[in-house]
Amino acid sequence: MSVIEVANLTKRYGKARGIEDVSFSVEAGEIFGFIGPNGAGKSTTIRLLLSLIHPTSGGARVLGQDVVSHGPALRRDIGYLPSEVYYYEGMKVIDLLKYSASFYAGDHTQRLQELAGIMELDLNRRISDLSYGNKKKVGIVQGLLHSPKLLFLDEPTSGLDPLIQRKFFELIHTENARGVTVFFSSHILGEVQRLCSRVGIIRAGRLVEISDIRTLQQNNYKKVRVTAAGLTPAAFELPGVNNLQADGGSVQFFFKGDVNTVLQVLSRQHVTDVTIEEPTLEEIFMHYYE
Amino acid sequence: MSANIYRYELRTRLRSVIIWSLSVAALVFFYFSLFPAFADQAALMNEVLARYPPELRAAFNLDKVDLSSVLGFFSFLFLFVQLCLAIQASNYGFGLVSIEESELTADFLLSKPVSRAQVLTSKLLAALTSLTITNLVVWVISFAAVVVWRGDHDYAPGTLVLLLASIAFFQVFFLSVGLAGSLLVKRVRSVTPYALGLGFGTYVLSAFSGVVGQVALELVTPFKHFDAAYIVQHSAYDTPLVALNVAVSLAALALSYWLYLRRDIPAVA
Repeated sequence: MSVIEVANLTKRYGKARGIEDVSFSVEAGEIFGFIGPNGAGKSTTIRLLLSLIHPTSGGARVLGQDVVSHGPALRRDIGYLPSEVYYYEGMKVIDLLKYSASFYAGDHTQRLQELAGIMELDLNRRISDLSYGNKKKVGIVQGLLHSPKLLFLDEPTSGLDPLIQRKFFELIHTENARGVTVFFSSHILGEVQRLCSRVGIIRAGRLVEISDIRTLQQNNYKKVRVTAAGLTPAAFELPGVNNLQADGGSVQFFFKGDVNTVLQVLSRQHVTDVTIEEPTLEEIFMHYYE
Repeated sequence: MSANIYRYELRTRLRSVIIWSLSVAALVFFYFSLFPAFADQAALMNEVLARYPPELRAAFNLDKVDLSSVLGFFSFLFLFVQLCLAIQASNYGFGLVSIEESELTADFLLSKPVSRAQVLTSKLLAALTSLTITNLVVWVISFAAVVVWRGDHDYAPGTLVLLLASIAFFQVFFLSVGLAGSLLVKRVRSVTPYALGLGFGTYVLSAFSGVVGQVALELVTPFKHFDAAYIVQHSAYDTPLVALNVAVSLAALALSYWLYLRRDIPAVA
């Protein structure tokens, strides 16, 4: 069963770019990554699905219901963590969370305390006194405390320190194991790769590709930079090497394929420095626009 | 209507309501405490006023009121009460939904399982409750001031009731027009300039219409719809103008719902 079905969804804001003819679906129980550079339309898509904004054309169904006509009912089962967290500055954390919980039927106090414990959130501080990372934690707790069936996470890790990030990922994994569907938007490929089963790639308001995370990884380029004495670019003219550039004693290129081939070449050199890293998202997108 | 939003809104505005209520109460009471002096020197007062330019007298309604009578004096100060209440109600109207947007909490509220209509209704009812608190304070302090300072001068309580009853209409007008105004612009960065603009603007229009005696301008400003001097002189409302006032308020409310239900909530940045 599809939890999210988006069909030809378009949003235009005057001259500013929104999204154009976006279609995809997210199945129950999956963690769907939604990846693209800033300003590509990730937040716009999520805000459309939450009916914070209205589509110019096309439509979307969430949990089987139309987002425009059934918004309030279906939002009962949605948790949302916005990319920028802003809450009522004068409130205490606990009051904000209780206010948030009061919108959902049932008692969520226990879950609230549990989540605050996991995220190491001090409930008695004022929102205005919190650092950005701590506000983000408030966002995480308020997005999860009513045990939603579907989670929208819009760049959830920005501002979180690595330790809390790990706890957050564990939390998302646990939720997912309980059957919660997760829509995870990010511009960091690494975290999407860690968490998601499928990804949609959005750029300049259009969905460029939807692919299985494994396929994406197999198609993925590595960025290799080698510094070695007497190095010539010719040594790396292998199948799968791209954008080969030499600069003094170092060579830089993108590689797609079995990394061992590169390592074998490297082992024959006297290397002073080597880095093999994930290309930045922009560099990956170069691939989609070649 | 959802009770939690209503409660939250009421609590957020509580301090503002207390400050406004106390300020207006002080204005009424201390202003009216001057009445005995005015009443004693009635002849002298009227002589002084007669020397003022007629335009100035018209601007402050002094051509129509007798400052030596209880309600004449009261109607003069009531203009300033109206001005305060107009600014307060405009302030609540302009800020009703725009503050959530400028402080970026609208995403929080509107991603909850509530409809836009529920949100707006709850907020409106909370604002009306707040305004009603101030209204009640004005009622109490007005009667108290009159009882304390009127001395042996007579007045018609029924007319004072009529005057005070106009406050509710007056507040609803500024609340709903302010709200509609805030939804007509893309983003309200700061509420105060808008609120002062609407409050003072309509007052100045009313004073100006007194000066040039033009009829057309009376149609737009609640200060003319509920002209205290008229109400005291006639012990009645100017019915067509009151009907117009109510019509404008209702139209502004309807427009607000229409706009808010279709509104795209601006994103951060």
